[in-house]
Amino acid sequence: MTALLEVRDLRKYYPVRRGLLQRVTGHVKALDGVSLEITRGECFALVGESGSGKTTFGRCVLRLEEPTAGIVRFQGEDLLALPPAELRQRRRHFQIVFQDPYGSLNPRMRVHSILSEPLEVHNTVPETERAERVEELLTLVGLTKDAGRRFPHEFSGGQRQRIGIARALAPEPSLLVADEPVSALDVSVRAQIINLLVDLQDRFGLTMIFIAHDLAVVEQTADRVGVMYLGRIVELGATRDIFAAPQHPYTVSLLSAVPVADPTRRRDRILLAGEPPSPLSPPPGCPFHPRCPIARDRCREEEPALTESADGRQVACHYPGELEPVGVGLSAGGTF
Amino acid sequence: METLLAVDSLSVSFPVGNDWVPVVRDVSLSVGAGELVGLVGESGSGKSMTALAILRLIPDPGRITGGRILLSGEDLLGLADAGMRSVRGARIGMIFQEPMTALNPVFTVGFQIIEAVRVHRRISRREAQLEAERLLDLVAIPAARQRLKDYPHQLSGGQRQRVMIAIALASKPDLLIADEPTTALDVTIQAQVLELLEQLRQDLGLAVLLITHDLAVVAETCARVIVMYAGQVVEEAPVETLFSAPAHPYTRGLLAAAPGLGRPGARGELATIPGQVPEMARLPTGCAFHPRCGEVMEVCAQENPDVYPLSSEHRARCFLHGLPASRSEAS
Repeated sequence: MTALLEVRDLRKYYPVRRGLLQRVTGHVKALDGVSLEITRGECFALVGESGSGKTTFGRCVLRLEEPTAGIVRFQGEDLLALPPAELRQRRRHFQIVFQDPYGSLNPRMRVHSILSEPLEVHNTVPETERAERVEELLTLVGLTKDAGRRFPHEFSGGQRQRIGIARALAPEPSLLVADEPVSALDVSVRAQIINLLVDLQDRFGLTMIFIAHDLAVVEQTADRVGVMYLGRIVELGATRDIFAAPQHPYTVSLLSAVPVADPTRRRDRILLAGEPPSPLSPPPGCPFHPRCPIARDRCREEEPALTESADGRQVACHYPGELEPVGVGLSAGGTF
Repeated sequence: METLLAVDSLSVSFPVGNDWVPVVRDVSLSVGAGELVGLVGESGSGKSMTALAILRLIPDPGRITGGRILLSGEDLLGLADAGMRSVRGARIGMIFQEPMTALNPVFTVGFQIIEAVRVHRRISRREAQLEAERLLDLVAIPAARQRLKDYPHQLSGGQRQRVMIAIALASKPDLLIADEPTTALDVTIQAQVLELLEQLRQDLGLAVLLITHDLAVVAETCARVIVMYAGQVVEEAPVETLFSAPAHPYTRGLLAAAPGLGRPGARGELATIPGQVPEMARLPTGCAFHPRCGEVMEVCAQENPDVYPLSSEHRARCFLHGLPASRSEAS
């Protein structure tokens, strides 16, 4: 297995300007040194709460936003070094599905135009075959062929998300970034879209970066998971391992906080105190220490490095595995 | 348990063209004193509209077209607007999904809480100030006195929701209606806010009607659940019963479609409910759920089912649990 995408020490700092002269008074470190590799054909999930930097990561990797520093290698080629014209050519290989199916489709374009535009831009399909290809795409995502004649507002949220997926798949990419693709959808429709994404991934051997805050969805879909906190990866490993035996206290608390749809298993949970600190002034030492139930003096002074253990798990914690998972790892039952 | 709120056959309609489109259809529900009841449904199910109707806050040009709303036995629909104003806030508090839009950005948090305290109680500014501090303590905001001087934008999402709860509690209401109070919040913060609601229920005897789309939230917090679909109540049960023996096919579908932690199925094989929620102006004939239902029968397309009792506490609107009116009359 080879790495399709290799990210090294990716950073994105947003300057904060204050006062009459708009002097830069500080930086919001949305991404503070993220390194990871994504294997061809895998579904890699990035989870974290709002402000953790997961969306910024997706956008920086695709160069929808310019990172401050770091390396992004796609199929061995450094994307950040590419001049704009060449970057545009490469774009057909990596596409994105956005969270908001209402804001991400041009309301004045018919679905047919929305889907044939990427074919024109990348010129992957000869003009004479484009109409046929659009129909193919519509069928692929479970819409009827006559959907092409209609406008986005005539569709429900779930159907719009199908159009967004079809658009992303139009230029036949090898990497798909799905940024919270089901968060804006109703529960009964969510499952349909997740199944569709997983099915398409398997059929076309797509590599997928799945950005989500819903851990239950991630457990269902991802091969590996990276957990982000304050612009850093704090834990990374195989989905099964992470959900069964989380090592970082933040992962443990996050899993413990997820409500479980089973009233007979109302349980004690680890209730984290406080809220994530501002990325403008992250605390010294471990960024999680102000909320960590097992923080000690060392955590307040020394930032733990992300270190890999024998089973390939990476954890950034001085005392990994010490916080007992309470109310986590419920894989024993789950019946209804 | 004493019944605090009883909604009986409530209907709400909106004019569309020359027609009135019903968005809440014949909804009956009750909340006991000190009880935490969940009202669950997807967008467009009428759950928020039901809550707004209880407070007489239906946006124009919508109208309550039928039914009764009893608060401690008093019919709220019979009250004049002035009388209703003293119910809102004083006896029923409400919090919303997005606390930023519900708070006034140009006034301090303290100003807004003190205002809420003094609307309903004749006390001095000084006393109101102390009361505001006490309320912030109650909703577990640290350093309450300093926070009173903050503006809403200086607070995080979770703290803003706590401030909203403090404002809602200012007049010591018996009932709190919470419309998706944690949907905009992260899971670790959601856990804190849900914990707070349960704490307030225990300490103050506050009844809570929790409106949500998240069945897992209901499972963790509520004693009883009411499920809505297309403007109607389709099932009502104690929380354990609803999750162990759901009676309506829609409820069963919802439970199966929501992936839960710790029960991963085969990849890409999540159970789904086919199709989508119907538009209220174009409801299918018969049972509104029948085009999506896996257990559909011939009668389902012809008649709208009644609510049938399965036990003294469990009801479902489905022909699987009762005979259609036409047949039961004939027999």
